[in-house]
Amino acid sequence: MVDVLRYRTDEMVGDPGVTVDSFVDPVFGQTNASAVRLEPGDDARALLPYLDRLALVEVNFPAYGDGRGYSSARILREAGYTGELRAVGDVLIDQLSHMHRCGFDAFAPEHAITREAADKAIATWPEVYQRTVDGRQPIWALRHG
Amino acid sequence: MYKYDNYDQQMVDARVSEFRDQVARRIAGTLTEDQFKPLRLKNGLYLQLHAYMLRVAIPYGTLSGAQMRLLGDIADKYDRGYGHFTTRQNIQYNWIKLADTPDILADLAKVEMHAIQTSGNCIRNISSDQFAGAAADEIVDPRPYAELLRQWSSFHPEFDYLPRKFKIAVIASETDRAAMKLHDIGIRLRHDDAGAIVADFYVGGGMGRTPMIAPLIGDGIAIDHMVTYTEAALRVYNRHGRRDNKYKARIKILVHEIGADSYRSQVEAEFAHLQTLELEPPAAELARIQAMFVPPAFDTTAPDSVDRSDPDFAVWLDNNVHAHKQPGYALVTISLKPIGGIPGDASADQIRLMADLAQKHSFDELRVTHAQNIVLPHVKKADLYALWQMLEANGLGTPNLDLITDIIACPGLDYCSLANARSIPLAQKISQRFADQGRQQDLGELKLKISGCINACGHHHAGHIGVLGVDRKGVENYQLSLGGSEGADTSLGQITGPGFSEDGIVDAIEKATEVYLVKRENGERFVDTYRRVGMAPFKEAIYG
Ligand code: SF4
Repeated sequence: MVDVLRYRTDEMVGDPGVTVDSFVDPVFGQTNASAVRLEPGDDARALLPYLDRLALVEVNFPAYGDGRGYSSARILREAGYTGELRAVGDVLIDQLSHMHRCGFDAFAPEHAITREAADKAIATWPEVYQRTVDGRQPIWALRHG
Repeated sequence: MYKYDNYDQQMVDARVSEFRDQVARRIAGTLTEDQFKPLRLKNGLYLQLHAYMLRVAIPYGTLSGAQMRLLGDIADKYDRGYGHFTTRQNIQYNWIKLADTPDILADLAKVEMHAIQTSGNCIRNISSDQFAGAAADEIVDPRPYAELLRQWSSFHPEFDYLPRKFKIAVIASETDRAAMKLHDIGIRLRHDDAGAIVADFYVGGGMGRTPMIAPLIGDGIAIDHMVTYTEAALRVYNRHGRRDNKYKARIKILVHEIGADSYRSQVEAEFAHLQTLELEPPAAELARIQAMFVPPAFDTTAPDSVDRSDPDFAVWLDNNVHAHKQPGYALVTISLKPIGGIPGDASADQIRLMADLAQKHSFDELRVTHAQNIVLPHVKKADLYALWQMLEANGLGTPNLDLITDIIACPGLDYCSLANARSIPLAQKISQRFADQGRQQDLGELKLKISGCINACGHHHAGHIGVLGVDRKGVENYQLSLGGSEGADTSLGQITGPGFSEDGIVDAIEKATEVYLVKRENGERFVDTYRRVGMAPFKEAIYG
């Protein structure tokens, strides 16, 4: 059982995420499921009509070098998704700060990362240059108040 | 020039300490080489054949005397006394120790420099026109726009694991000195009909094994949406670029496979969405940056004439000095291609000398060109003779800009682990064969470019004469191509036929130049003659 590092206070969803295909299938679909798992090739926008019933979206990183999950995460947050967004799989400590900036608020790394190390990694950047979905004011906004 | 404020400095300092920690973990063994690789690459550190290579970013190729001097000091302190200026307007050091790299980055940070994103599958150093701010034909200085993109792309959280590396160039003149259409994104700033500055986005150009000239994707994007449009273009690529095959992962393949129209409409949809999120820095931010790029305090009474009585000086003047927009001033290109030398290499002393000369004669500014030379952008014409004498006395006065010995060559098999063949010794041989100044002058503008493998770091596709190192049954072999070009008349070279040995390729090049001399008509350059007469006469002469 992989430990989940959570950066949110609500109750953790225990159910494993169903696949996007089985979630949105019009006949056999499980749109009553509250957890979905996105693979790198899945279109995150397929979930947009259902965001209010989702409590957990797992975004799988089969290999850390495949960065599609970063876009998936931002797209969901940009559309107003407020449930848990969990990065699972080949999630390494040096990726946490960027993942956090893209909207992930939970991490289930294959190889355990301590809470302390994760906290430190997420705090890597004193400021940031871009506006994303993490609510931080970019440097240009700070400069021009 | 751009000056860091506390925010910029903090970001670079944070990166240095992050990397120091990563190097420590690597040395302690808690990071595997596999896990460390993408991290070191994002700090410009490659593992080459014999040692680590560190690539330092020179954003849009502009640097100050103090920065240049530090580059010389690093060459002395951590390398073997040399630095290598690259086709990406950067500098590389070829003999670096892993344990030293955090200290090197800390030294760089003290003069507002870094190695951030100079390699890896992320947005690389933004390149620009080496004559920016001095060229007579520019509508605006493109560098503030490049700086805006530099900041936006630094540590961009969504685009750190793209399918492949991503290169952006920004220019603002009709003459394209930055090979803009051979970039993943080439941006040309221009005036629209109402006189407002807009950005044309050319997306999906590149060299490598599948060279492509970028099509126009974003036509006249409003300047206050430039960052947002770039973000949209990148997001479509990050989501849909191929990841199954590293040779098909560049954006040019995506644009080619789905078609420019389909890519454009996806970008437009994403752009419309992103515009609702207020991602664009305000106009005040561009104005803040632009205030740091105001033209220097030119002496408006400086005489506009030059004493040409020294014939050697006159040759250099004709080849290496360009017109400046300010009367009384000139643009000087210092050739790093001495006859028989290693293209782009400079010794620590030469680097420091160029730093001094910039401080003394060029308002403390230098540029690195993608042709691996150095530019002093603002030199008083009255100072040219004294400057030339200093250059000449220190091996920096070679008058061969854009001539056949101004060779672009990648590091090749002497350093690079991907190489099929050596580039540097070949460049040296060609340079020696054509050493005679009168002969070079007679051949006129002739851009010769060498890559040691299909990755095309030496831009051979864009050479009037291009040479590509290939591996033929374990033996180094060279393929010759003719007719490539970059800039306004961008075209890709055509292969002449079967490849050559190292000596054979030098002979073949010589034969090609002889065909040109016979066939040329009034005022034609080598590439013009090739375009007019076609491959046949060249082929005949070369293969007999
Ligand atoms: S072209 Fe090939 S050999 Fe030359 S530097 Fe690039 S990868 Fe290395």
